[in-house]
Amino acid sequence: MKRRDFLKAAAPATVLPFLVGGYSIKAFANNPLLHSLIASSIPADRVLVLIQLIGGNDGLNTVIPLDRYSEIMAARSNIAIAESAVLKLTSTIALNPVLSGIAGLYGEGKIAIVQNVGYPTPNFSHFRSTDIWLTGSDYNQVLETGWIGRYLDQEYPGYPTGYPNAQMPDPVGVQIGSAVSLGFEGPTANMGMAFSNPSSFYDIINDTKTQTANTRAGHELGYVRTIGDQLQKFAVPVKDAATKGVTKSQLWPTANANTLADQLRIVAQLIAGGLKTKLYVVNLGGFDSHTNQRKGQDPLLAKVSEGITAFQDELRLNALEDRVIGMTFSEFGRRIKSNDSGGTDHGAASAMFVFGKNVVAGIHGSNPVLPANATVDDNINMEFDFRQVYASVLKEWFGASDTERMNTLLKDFPTIDIIQSAGVTQAPPLPSIELSQNYPNPVSISAGNRTTQIGFKTNGGFARLRLYDAKGSLVQTLIDNTVPAGARSVSLDATGHASGNYFYTLEAGGARSTKTMVILR
Amino acid sequence: MGKLHTATSTAMDPYKGAWGTTEAAHLTRRSMFGATSKDIVTLAQLSMSQAVDLLLADQPAETSAPLVWYHYDIGGVTQGQTWVNLPYDATNDFNRTQSLGAWWLSLMIGQKLSIREKMTLFWHNHFACGAASVGDARYSYKQCTLLRTNALGNFKSMVKSITFDPAMLRYLSGNKNVSGAPNENYGRELQELFTIGKGAETSTGDYTTYTEADVKAAARVLTGWSDDPATVGYSFTAQHHDTTDKQFSARYGSTVIKGGSDQAGAEREVDDLLTMIFNEDATARYISRKLYRWFVDYVIDDSVEQNVIGPLANSLKANNFEIKPVLALLLKSSHFYDLAYRGCVIKTPLDYIVGSLRTLGVVMPSQEGVITIYYGWIGLLITGGNLQMNLLEPPNVAGWPAYYQIPEFHEIWLNADTLDSRIKFADDLVSNKYQIAVQTYYLSYLDPTLFAEQSSDASQPDTLINDWANLLYPNPLNVDQLKTLHDTLLPGLPNYEWTAEWTNFLNNPSDAAKKQAVSTKLTTLLKYMLELAEYQLM
Repeated sequence: MKRRDFLKAAAPATVLPFLVGGYSIKAFANNPLLHSLIASSIPADRVLVLIQLIGGNDGLNTVIPLDRYSEIMAARSNIAIAESAVLKLTSTIALNPVLSGIAGLYGEGKIAIVQNVGYPTPNFSHFRSTDIWLTGSDYNQVLETGWIGRYLDQEYPGYPTGYPNAQMPDPVGVQIGSAVSLGFEGPTANMGMAFSNPSSFYDIINDTKTQTANTRAGHELGYVRTIGDQLQKFAVPVKDAATKGVTKSQLWPTANANTLADQLRIVAQLIAGGLKTKLYVVNLGGFDSHTNQRKGQDPLLAKVSEGITAFQDELRLNALEDRVIGMTFSEFGRRIKSNDSGGTDHGAASAMFVFGKNVVAGIHGSNPVLPANATVDDNINMEFDFRQVYASVLKEWFGASDTERMNTLLKDFPTIDIIQSAGVTQAPPLPSIELSQNYPNPVSISAGNRTTQIGFKTNGGFARLRLYDAKGSLVQTLIDNTVPAGARSVSLDATGHASGNYFYTLEAGGARSTKTMVILR
Repeated sequence: MGKLHTATSTAMDPYKGAWGTTEAAHLTRRSMFGATSKDIVTLAQLSMSQAVDLLLADQPAETSAPLVWYHYDIGGVTQGQTWVNLPYDATNDFNRTQSLGAWWLSLMIGQKLSIREKMTLFWHNHFACGAASVGDARYSYKQCTLLRTNALGNFKSMVKSITFDPAMLRYLSGNKNVSGAPNENYGRELQELFTIGKGAETSTGDYTTYTEADVKAAARVLTGWSDDPATVGYSFTAQHHDTTDKQFSARYGSTVIKGGSDQAGAEREVDDLLTMIFNEDATARYISRKLYRWFVDYVIDDSVEQNVIGPLANSLKANNFEIKPVLALLLKSSHFYDLAYRGCVIKTPLDYIVGSLRTLGVVMPSQEGVITIYYGWIGLLITGGNLQMNLLEPPNVAGWPAYYQIPEFHEIWLNADTLDSRIKFADDLVSNKYQIAVQTYYLSYLDPTLFAEQSSDASQPDTLINDWANLLYPNPLNVDQLKTLHDTLLPGLPNYEWTAEWTNFLNNPSDAAKKQAVSTKLTTLLKYMLELAEYQLM
């Protein structure tokens, strides 16, 4: 149905906001992908989780090019991470040490790093550049629809008439955090459901309502909210899924300690509960690190790492890893050269993480080229257009046709092999090291376990086994020397450690593997 | 429902509390369609009493008239000219009626700082009359003009004018009320709905305020009058008039109205009838309750009846049923500004539609002149109808149920479907996707940066949000809501980034990218704000 026909028909609202505790909730109806996916060889139940890092994440302190250290120190010694502290992934690439969880997933082959993602002629306005990323526009093009919305509109041209239906009873997109993203905006309708924050989600699930005043005005406000609740066409399936989906991972931080993890936990809960929603958007703000960047960005990256690690663990425990991938993005990176306030100003290209069991793990692209003496105007050059990443996900993850990709991204962007798919690419060979789950786990000191055993296998040579706490701080080094080839075991004495989640990482032969453990006192 | 608040004995004392933009906005929303920041500021700069007086001030007669928006009317009258003085024409009557509704709506949209349009609609609800049933757009135009001209005039005089109004003569069969075969329709509704109101039925045919016999007697008084299509007026036919004396019941003090034989005598009978009705206390109370439900709240408990309705009725009687004094008493009262009542009224569909356009500064399309302009207004009329408030077509002679249907009253306006449609409408306005009727390619236009510039300091996110909230909502939001709005405007970013981008836009207003950067954020915020339950209230 064409737009004008829809409007003539005076159909019920395409966007279905409802009000919970005074906040509106938007339902972006339906499943856009079902049609094309039925006809393709790609399973129809695939999910993409977008993590928006709001404010402009500094890529150079996230993914660190080890072969550029002299340039880094020349440009930003006041915020640079000491080379000795970084988490090495390869001989030339390392991560900020707070990203230990990401490093662990990298070791497991679940992280693809796409280097230097941006667009030609970068715009340094937060809002404009965010719009460019969400709409998928050129720098000089103003689009009022989002890339996701345009894709969904093709898959379901009749939307919103007839949805939800038996085939697709669930919202097609769910956003947690503030209002509905521009990315979901389609030509005729917005296609998502937003929970203004994690607690509003639980308000819905728990049917809690904000009290209204015991006055005539309060009475009528309560009445309007009650009617608003009736608009929740997707409330029932969302509630059902939230009820069925139980999160099992031990790695989730306590509520309100990590807002990104809180959001990802809801996403995991809904996926585990059987919601057929295809797209989830979550976000974390605060990356606008003009001053004291290390005090701002590092804790935020730690949250990203912790959230993604717990999320991935949750997927594994629920046997959902094959169905879900995720990616981080931010409106821009930051300048190469730091400023005098210990921060960095708005920049250009930056690295993205694409995560999941089905990503082509490894490093995609080259280390950024940095000038020997960067000036305040120097930016990291774009290697990949962000729309290449979108194109790759559309094609390889969702099975979009060439036409659909063209109509979505408005140009033909070459794809990058970041998603595993039959006959296209394989993940780079994983190193032949093995790291076993420690036993017992959790290590419960009160229950009499003082020690736990960690088994591992390498090809021999130098090996390092270290224990990190949940924040990524090094707690203990268990092995830091050459070991013989083959299976071995090491004992960890937990008596000196606080209760909590820990990671242990084995590095050997250029490979890394990380697992998690829980220590209880 | 439980008693949530009561009116005290000092309810009608003049309001002496704070007077600022919040209170001025409350007065504006209740007495006009929506509030604009300009109007609020104007009223806030006056005293409360001066502000009410300004709203009640006489307005010049309306000089515009509904226009031909369709291709042409009879006699070579073409687009852009008015049809109101043309002879009846069956072919064009529907188009004329649409034109009338559109024009009426345009007067609401373009209203000056005056209560007149709100009162005109009040009288349309009170003297409810359906244009389709009347069947001649000229009649409906004439009635509409009568309601507007007398909106702040004298209630008793208006009842007399309505009695002879050709549209009403047709609508309630006054034109079929002849001696020997009286039609009781108007005689009944005059008492039941327009003046004294129906009380409890104490015995068969006795409604406390009047009886079935009084309906029959009134019908006989009203015989002989008919509408006149030639003049769009009324006529009198002496042989159709019942010249006998009319005996009324004890409810009217057993009044006898002497029969008259000629037109003057028959008109004198009508005057006597109205005098008899208006002499009863119940009449002043009945219209006072309707005014109260229109401007304040629908719950009339004993305390409101005693402490509010009573004084209003006394004012009406003391001022020979002049409307201005009673409105002044109500709108200046401490009860009207009582915080417990601010925001207790669910917006009518027309308050919602017209108020949204006015408050937000939506520009309706006009690319092809009168046809596009009228299509736009007609589209809004249709939206009003979809939201259950069809201008010129109230559901029946009792008006819209929101003002009489126990126990729901105003709540009738909102159900899952109409709330959904309201939010869709607001979303469309804000996204510039609201399509005018038929001409599908013309869209309304809202520039969110202009709306933001009405804020005292749009460069400060908290100021902007507070100013918008004060403009859009009757009551302050809570801290969590304000935080959510802040996160909506500026997710994850410090305030100074908004300041920088807004300033950047102001310094380069013609730079599309810089404008887009702030517009997207403002649009998102505004959409969200219009979806809050609080926006349904006034």
